[in-house]
Amino acid sequence: MAMIEIKDVSKWYGSFQVLTDCTTSVEKGEVIVVCGPSGSGKSTLIKTVNALEPVQKGDIFVDGVKVNDPKTNLPKLRARVGMVFQHFELFPHLTVRQNLSLAQTLVLGRAQREADERGLRYLDRVGLASHKDKFPGQLSGGQQQRVAIARALSMDPICMLFDEPTSALDPEMINEVLEVMQQLATEGMTMMVVTHEMGFANRVANRVIFMDAGHIVEDAPKAEFFGKPRSERAQQFLAKILHH
Amino acid sequence: MNYHWNWKIFWDLTPEGSGTYLHTLLVGLMWTLATALAAWVIALALGAVIGVLRTAPRKWAERFCNGYVELFRNIPLLVQMFLWFFVLPELLPKHLGDAIKQMPPPWASYVPAVLCLGFFTSARVAEQVRAGIQALPRGQRMAGTALGLTLPQTYRYVILPMTFRIILPPLTSEFLNIIKNSSVALTIGVIELTAAARAMQEFSFQVFEAFTGATVLYILTNIVVIYGMRWVERRLAIPGFIGPAIRTGGH
Ligand SMILES: Nc1ncnc2c1ncn2[C@@H]1O[C@H](COP(=O)(O)OP(=O)(O)OP(=O)(O)O)[C@@H](O)[C@H]1O
Ligand SMILES: [Mg+2]
Repeated sequence: MAMIEIKDVSKWYGSFQVLTDCTTSVEKGEVIVVCGPSGSGKSTLIKTVNALEPVQKGDIFVDGVKVNDPKTNLPKLRARVGMVFQHFELFPHLTVRQNLSLAQTLVLGRAQREADERGLRYLDRVGLASHKDKFPGQLSGGQQQRVAIARALSMDPICMLFDEPTSALDPEMINEVLEVMQQLATEGMTMMVVTHEMGFANRVANRVIFMDAGHIVEDAPKAEFFGKPRSERAQQFLAKILHH
Repeated sequence: MNYHWNWKIFWDLTPEGSGTYLHTLLVGLMWTLATALAAWVIALALGAVIGVLRTAPRKWAERFCNGYVELFRNIPLLVQMFLWFFVLPELLPKHLGDAIKQMPPPWASYVPAVLCLGFFTSARVAEQVRAGIQALPRGQRMAGTALGLTLPQTYRYVILPMTFRIILPPLTSEFLNIIKNSSVALTIGVIELTAAARAMQEFSFQVFEAFTGATVLYILTNIVVIYGMRWVERRLAIPGFIGPAIRTGGH
């Protein structure tokens, strides 16, 4: 059974169709990179996985649980799916330590001490243990994104979603975040990553999905995708992004 | 003008024998503060709820709350004061209405005045709360939801703490407004500061001194409020936080 399964998913904003019959899956331990031009529906697709965006047609399963079933306990499901955003979205009024523990205590019912301990362990793993009492506004973008990753990991997720985690960062900070992600992939985390970092895709991804105008145009093993994409749109996209 | 200035009047006894004129004004000030503070509690609580519901993903709640805000914002405060005082007791079941009318003296005026100012100001607070919530980056709500927080938890722990911080300055003006607006309560018989000044003028004929006294007390109150709110702002300030306006879209 795949960890994430997306079956014939379509979504509309009013009369505008953002996703058209999207089908793909992510096996346990697999890393999938999603790329495609701006507005092609990458963010929308990834947000359907934890039901941040509802869909009108098709089915989505995470670890066998149907996401778009009204009977599914969504908060419980979302707590098991880590998500990292383009703009970090740390809570600015809370210290790093509080950012890490908030959902652990509220959603998982962990005691404050246990939550702090676990949060600090992951903070240490992203190399920021000494910043635990700072506020997000006192950290650089790259540091904030690493805290955001630690925050997601503190929930013991069964898979992680990343929506352009490095595209709001200054170039010199991109690598520190990609390194954390690569480390995570090495440890066997299931990951679905929207990114235009083709170097990262090449090193880390198992498969690459290329989207255009709401369609999954290409869904191929990494070697095949970078070797010679089948579709012309993907070829053009790759040519543009690699000669950037 | 043949006006006989007499600044010592404040230390003269009133004909009622209840103390000096200064004492009359200070008692008035006390009622002003008692009215404004009680109304402020109502305004903050109701305003927060209504403001939140205006941003919640429930169409009926949004519509109801928009109507609420328009209603209380568009009827003049003075008219609202009369409605609460004269009309409401007639609309309530008879025993309730009578109970309100028969409350002993200051309370029969004080309670409707507090309710009136509270509801009136709650509409304005609700508007600030709504604007504050909408000024936050949309991703904040999404981040809370993605971590598994329920919608109420997301509001309580993520959205509202930031909202109240960024709307502190407009809330300060609303608080100053509620103090000033409490003078309208004199029309239904609350002897607050403005009414006390008028009583002093009627008994002593020292109109300038009476209203100068009231003015000075209003100004002193405002200064205390402003310094108090500055202190609150400093206490709630977040190290390194610049403000939501600098964040731009791209989800
Ligand atoms: N709330 C919304 N209402 C209406 N249209 C929307 C909404 N959100 C997104 N869209 C539209 O849906 C399409 C897909 O948006 P999406 O954010 O998924 O694209 P994307 O591939 O992530 O693009 P980018 O690379 O710019 O992040 C776009 O055309 C966008 O304008
Ligand atoms: Mg996007």
